[in-house]
Amino acid sequence: MRILGKRNTNDEAEKTPVEEPVLTDEKMQSIDLNAWFGAKQALKNINLTVKANSVTAIIGPSGCGKSTLIRCFNRMHELVPSAKMSGKILLDGRDIYASDVDPVLIRRRVGMVFQKPNPFPTMSIYDNVAAGLKLTGTKKGKNLDEIVKRSLKQATLWDEIKDDLKKSGTSISGGQQQRLCIARAIALQPEVILMDEPCSALDPIATAKIEELIVSLKSDYTVVIVTHNMQQAARVSDFTAFLYLGQLVEYGATRGIFENPKNELTEKYITGEFG
Amino acid sequence: MDNYAFRKFKNRLFLALSLICIIIALIPLVSIIVEVAVRGASQISFEFLVTSRNGIGPAIQGTLILIGLTSLIGMPLGIMSGIYLAEYGNNRYASWMRTFNDLLTEFPSIVIGITVSVIVVINLLGSFSAIAGAIALSFMLIPIVARTTEESLKLVPNSVREASMALGVHRWKTILMVVLPAGKSGLITGALLAVARIAGETAPLIMTILGSRHFFQGLDEPMAALPITIWRSALQPSAAVQAQGWGAALVLILIVLSLNIGVRLASRGRL
Repeated sequence: MRILGKRNTNDEAEKTPVEEPVLTDEKMQSIDLNAWFGAKQALKNINLTVKANSVTAIIGPSGCGKSTLIRCFNRMHELVPSAKMSGKILLDGRDIYASDVDPVLIRRRVGMVFQKPNPFPTMSIYDNVAAGLKLTGTKKGKNLDEIVKRSLKQATLWDEIKDDLKKSGTSISGGQQQRLCIARAIALQPEVILMDEPCSALDPIATAKIEELIVSLKSDYTVVIVTHNMQQAARVSDFTAFLYLGQLVEYGATRGIFENPKNELTEKYITGEFG
Repeated sequence: MDNYAFRKFKNRLFLALSLICIIIALIPLVSIIVEVAVRGASQISFEFLVTSRNGIGPAIQGTLILIGLTSLIGMPLGIMSGIYLAEYGNNRYASWMRTFNDLLTEFPSIVIGITVSVIVVINLLGSFSAIAGAIALSFMLIPIVARTTEESLKLVPNSVREASMALGVHRWKTILMVVLPAGKSGLITGALLAVARIAGETAPLIMTILGSRHFFQGLDEPMAALPITIWRSALQPSAAVQAQGWGAALVLILIVLSLNIGVRLASRGRL
């Protein structure tokens, strides 16, 4: 068993004197997860376990439910009108869809980076990174400057923009904007970072930088990345899940999935026969 | 080639027609501005602008007070309504409200004036009053501001909202701190246009603030305003008073015009 971050063990101790603390390396787990948009079912009975401090890639052709899946992981799915879901998603063993759970607090623990870089257009680079702490009212007693600097460094953006912190968040290049969005997510020190095709709007050089960054993030965070780029999944991830038409076809160690897929569909997809 | 020449001719004919139409449409507007400028300019003097005896000081003051009071009442209500329609308005009731709001935007101002007159002037205060005028104008301002607020917030991309929500920011704070600032220039444009629109309203004012020869005497007292001064001056037989009316008209046009220029400057920052 791996011991999770210090913060988590504290949480366990505070919140659950009765339940036995879950200290496995299973960070998140979906149990019989179904999701719908109106009458259209987007996810069917997904059972997926995300290991702590690893990178899990979710691959599959367009429209297979990849994005919907990770949006269920931080309760962003329910923000879409007509969206429904059933089943459970456990974070450190506790259901984040339980009736007494505040989705806002879940989103602070499970951060998200989107397909298109979306820095706040009216804010400076500095304020973009500090936005999470400021707007969630969690900055009390913290050194904002220090956190902003640390987050930007961790997102490997600091050296490029350290003299331009006052400039608008949208004035930098697309790749820099995406790293800014990663810094913004990191600043809140989430436990899990979900990434929804974070490189699909970027050029190869910017993509390479983000991929490097993703690998470096897993020492502190658990990362789940959606990608339609199989090479990317192979490069950055430890585990890979293949989704097709809303169903989880195959899930396992990335190497196994790519070198020795058990399912015929998976093999066809990764060899490029369809998708 | 014949065909080509004919096509070219048709093209030119169409161009010429549309050009003639816009010139015809502009003639009244330009002639009004020229007429008002020529007749009004001779009136403009420092004394005319600030005194009450031979000038329109009270009317200018009254119009500015009305703009301020109306904005104070109408802007918060209008902007909050717009926020509701844009951010929470994804249901049947909101679409009814939206339709009703649009109806109000086109509502005859005289009807609003008489309604406020009956409720506030006759039944509540018992006298013509500045506040009644501001209430009547607010009823005209609110639907315009609500509509423009809704439109400019809808232009803010959803990805910005999602970015904030995904950080664990509450919905109300996302709207207040992220969405509103992003739609700021559209909001300002809408607000200024609405003010420009109500600044020239006359009908509702006649039945609420009545008009006055004096400077501001209290919110519950009758008050002067430029449109009323223009209207009353035009009805007077005296050429001198009529000339004052032209001067007042010029001042009103300048106020509305400067608001419009303000709008353009405010929205230029965005482009």
